[in-house]
Amino acid sequence: MARAISTPRKVTLTAVAWIIGLLIFFPILWTILTSFKPEAQAIADPPMFLSFDWTLENYAVVQERSDYLRYLMNSVFLSIGSTVLGLLIAVPAAWSMAFVPARRTKDVLMWMLSTKMMPPVGVLVPIYLIFRDTGLLDSRVGLTVVLMLINLPIIIWMLYTYFREIPGEILEAARMDGAGLKEEILYVLTPMAVPGIASTILLNIILAWNEAFWTLNLTAANAAPLTAFIASYSSPEGLFYAKLSAASIMAIAPILIMGWFSQKQLVRGLTFGAVK
Amino acid sequence: MATQHSRTAARGMIAPAVFLLLVWMLTPLCLTLYFSILDYRPQSGTFDCCEGLDNYVRFVSSNAFHQSVLTTLIMVGGILVITVGGGILLALLLDQAIWGRDIVRILVIAPFFVMPTVSAVIWKNMLMNPVNGLLAHLWRFFGLEPIDWLSQLPLFSIIVIVAWQWLPFATLILLTAIQSLNSEQVEAAEMDGAGPLDRFRFVILPHLARAITVVILIQTIFLLSVFAEIFVTTGGAFGTRTLTYLVYQRVIDSQNIGLGSAGGILAVVLANIIAFVLMRIVGKNLDA
Repeated sequence: MARAISTPRKVTLTAVAWIIGLLIFFPILWTILTSFKPEAQAIADPPMFLSFDWTLENYAVVQERSDYLRYLMNSVFLSIGSTVLGLLIAVPAAWSMAFVPARRTKDVLMWMLSTKMMPPVGVLVPIYLIFRDTGLLDSRVGLTVVLMLINLPIIIWMLYTYFREIPGEILEAARMDGAGLKEEILYVLTPMAVPGIASTILLNIILAWNEAFWTLNLTAANAAPLTAFIASYSSPEGLFYAKLSAASIMAIAPILIMGWFSQKQLVRGLTFGAVK
Repeated sequence: MATQHSRTAARGMIAPAVFLLLVWMLTPLCLTLYFSILDYRPQSGTFDCCEGLDNYVRFVSSNAFHQSVLTTLIMVGGILVITVGGGILLALLLDQAIWGRDIVRILVIAPFFVMPTVSAVIWKNMLMNPVNGLLAHLWRFFGLEPIDWLSQLPLFSIIVIVAWQWLPFATLILLTAIQSLNSEQVEAAEMDGAGPLDRFRFVILPHLARAITVVILIQTIFLLSVFAEIFVTTGGAFGTRTLTYLVYQRVIDSQNIGLGSAGGILAVVLANIIAFVLMRIVGKNLDA
């Protein structure tokens, strides 16, 4: 509803907004800057903002010393794997609830949502023991399934709210024109559903990438994704700020970019359609 | 419009999702319930059935539990105050026609996409470290003694870190809600002589009421389970042991599975009370 405001007021508000925005962004900005510093300058007092000896060395060192790529691949595997798996199960479910609603559809949806409300510590013990006894501990497949399950309610809900916005009349029109169920899904529904599915994918990848309870508790060396890799930097020794920064930036950059593109969908997905 | 045939097909399409979620929810929950009445400590080889409610009594009557509930309440409450209060102000600000609004919004939203372990590590080392952290530099610049944030003000520090991550969430949702406000309504109030404060109190705030409720409830559910930030920064020391963290320690560190499970069940009950309220709000919206 942004309305026209007087210029002096606009200048003041703009200044205030930019100062607050930069303050909030500052920890990330500082980490980006530090990742390009030589270690000695990273902890210099007074702090160096731009006039340091820019270097890419830290990024190279992090990869060499810590096998960063392996963690990255695990993160990619887990987030994409759980998203694909989740979609395979969620698309049919959401599709049928949106287009062939039954008397209990609402109850089913609410119940699915309720599974998301369960605090992970409530089920940590059995999941941990089951994983230990079946050899799934520290395996990528096991963790992929867990991440898929914790996000499944969100995927179904998000898809459901998108599918419901597809007008039923279009389907009827298609049927009048002689389209069978196959044509209906392939040529009418799918093109209309693509934007919704795309933003669902985006949000789910973000959530899976950043998940840090199960990934920390169910992995050790093999399946550990970037969340666990960064946690290992929690109290290291020696000069490491620049390397820590480089590792952090590499871990968050892809998601930061994806996140910026999915702001609107994020609201819908995380409020289960309650705020649009 | 749906035929019997398509109804059956529709059931079949929901079945896998329902089945998986049912298994995922019931199996571990039943096992946790079962473990919670055992004296089960794998390290000493103890596995005695059925202690009844002993674990619950012991868990609830321990000092650690009382401390953890208090810590959890302070942490969740503190974060909610900062994020909701700050979120409303930021949403109002970002709703104005300022220059570079989209860029400012991107800057504000960014922390939400930073994975919890990264934000914890950045704050702990780069900002809050008492020797080399940026805040220490700043304190020294003003001639003050640097603060060792995570041991002198541990709970406050964790509140700051987690609030930093969740402020964008509140802002984004409240901004979306404000933008759906009919501007004619605000203009009408303005013409009737309502000042900015009155307009906020009588027009904007009521309009935001539901979004605020949603933000509070959803955040509460996630905040009750805050884990990585504590794990990385204090490891639960210095009075930062929340209920979630206490259960984690009982189970993983001290391997007292019976006691930890009882705590886990208590956490589930607590979360469900809040979830119940949230679900009613979301459910109402489904009908609308």
